Amino acid sequence: MTIALSSTRPQVGRDTWNVFRRELQPVLHDPFSLIFSLLQPVVFLGLFGPLLIGSSGEPAPVVLAWFVPGILVMVALFGTSATGSNLLYEMQTGSHERTLVAPIARSALLIGRALKEMVPIIVQATVIALVTIPFGFRLNVAGLVVALVLLAIFGMGFGALSYALALASRAKDWMFWAVQQALIFPLMILSGMLLPIEEGPQWMQVAAAFNPISHVVAATRALFAGDFASPDVLAGFTAATLLAIVGLAVGITAMRRSR
Amino acid sequence: MASNLAPMTNDTMISTTNLTKRFRVKKTTTDAVTDLTIDVQRGELVAFLGPNGAGKSTSLRMLTTLLPPTEGTATVAGFDIQRQPADVRSRIGYIGQGNSAGHNHRVRDELLSQGAFYGMPRAATVARADELIESLGLAGLEKRPVLGLSGGQKRRLDIALGLVHSPELLFLDEPSTGLDPQSRANLWQHILTLRREQGTTIFVTTHYLEEADQFAERVMVMDSGRMIADDTAPALKSRLAGDVITLGLSSPSEAGRAAELVRSLVTGATTAPDAADPLSIDITVEHGDGLLPRLLRDLDAAGIPARTASLRQPTLDDVFLALTGRSLRDDSAASPGPVAPLQNAEVSS
Repeated sequence: MTIALSSTRPQVGRDTWNVFRRELQPVLHDPFSLIFSLLQPVVFLGLFGPLLIGSSGEPAPVVLAWFVPGILVMVALFGTSATGSNLLYEMQTGSHERTLVAPIARSALLIGRALKEMVPIIVQATVIALVTIPFGFRLNVAGLVVALVLLAIFGMGFGALSYALALASRAKDWMFWAVQQALIFPLMILSGMLLPIEEGPQWMQVAAAFNPISHVVAATRALFAGDFASPDVLAGFTAATLLAIVGLAVGITAMRRSR
Repeated sequence: MASNLAPMTNDTMISTTNLTKRFRVKKTTTDAVTDLTIDVQRGELVAFLGPNGAGKSTSLRMLTTLLPPTEGTATVAGFDIQRQPADVRSRIGYIGQGNSAGHNHRVRDELLSQGAFYGMPRAATVARADELIESLGLAGLEKRPVLGLSGGQKRRLDIALGLVHSPELLFLDEPSTGLDPQSRANLWQHILTLRREQGTTIFVTTHYLEEADQFAERVMVMDSGRMIADDTAPALKSRLAGDVITLGLSSPSEAGRAAELVRSLVTGATTAPDAADPLSIDITVEHGDGLLPRLLRDLDAAGIPARTASLRQPTLDDVFLALTGRSLRDDSAASPGPVAPLQNAEVSS
């Protein structure tokens, strides 16, 4: 049988689409995996939320309007920061090697994977936003849509960094989890995701100002409040876009060096 | 543009000149491959033989563009591996040592993705995937996640993934490691069928002597990063090893006399005490089958009758032993047991 190959040259657009589609297939075949991975944010909502409501003395809708957007960013942060482990596993088994021998643009191998990270974030964030409505969360639909775009950009950038970390950790796989765990909690706490950073000492507020996630959190809160003109929205999109640019640049460089 | 360069010749599929790879780890330099110079013609089935750590896989990784060489040059399917890697990749198939399908992906999805990676039209990919699923015994498993496949099924899927785009040159890196005899036979049946029907050039690394001996028409032997032999298996055995006649005598002194007589009668014969039996001697000669009856008659006439006599054709292990003074079988993996008989398969002589 003779196969007619339509092209023998890597085409970044076509290759990115093919990689994106391949990465998405397991999710589409098993969508419940997305729901099960919502356990952690649901635990935070169910156990941390009431504590926050009780300690703040504010009514539940007010607290949830502040807390739920932070949880959505948490979903994006935790999901994408761990996604490099899939690539790490594929490097260990030989699946990644197969794609390196195929005529696929190296950049597409990274961009396709990073773009795929957007899909679970959009689905999971939408589910979390909807399930909190019965508990008093007031959903601004336009705010949700714009926030999903923001989270998708942020997730793509953070996912790309996670893949870059996986590529760098190839020889020592424990390093991936050591670095991921060492970074994720400081980044989370210094973003004001769970507790107001304004209540913290000055040095924490300075650190938070340099943490791109804190800007994404603030922007998400403003969007859900319907305050589209807030400077926080512009700052959040700027931070997410910069993160995406840096993440993709670092990730593509790492992928091009991948063996 | 570099990619428009014409292939070197239409019939040279692999050509390397002094291909060398050195690894430097913590100020220690290791020569993994040194001055590899080979030519492989279209349609050849070449076995790359050697013990673990000989440099086989490193060579393969350079030829498949996975590793840049430290020195030397190579063209694969007519294109330079360093300057035209995309052209090389689009023309080769590669079946590595690991499992190349994603563990959460479904069998058929992976085959379709692979076709898309090679720019195949969707309809052709679907037809090819179905054909491979059927021929490689993966029918009924199309929608199963790779995680749920047995080791043999995963390996067959690896092979299917390497063949989806019908490459003109197929690299296999120790493809039968870990397979049972029947699965190994099935694997080789597919490789040989591919070669017969499509004229695919096949370059396979292995440390299984029987496979190289049985299937490859050309054997390259590698040791400590250097290629030490390159010929057909019969020629290597004839030139480097020879037939081994083992004679059992009645006493050690008769064994000594018999050895002396054989050396005087047969030019070029070498004799050695049998390691397992002091009453026996091993005689290495060319064309032992024709010589044995004459030897027995001459020994009888000299009053040194042999109690027992056996003739053994040399193996590639004898070749490796002659070349290096070591046995490949010291590497336990080199003796996996026989390959199960093939059915309806071409066997190269």
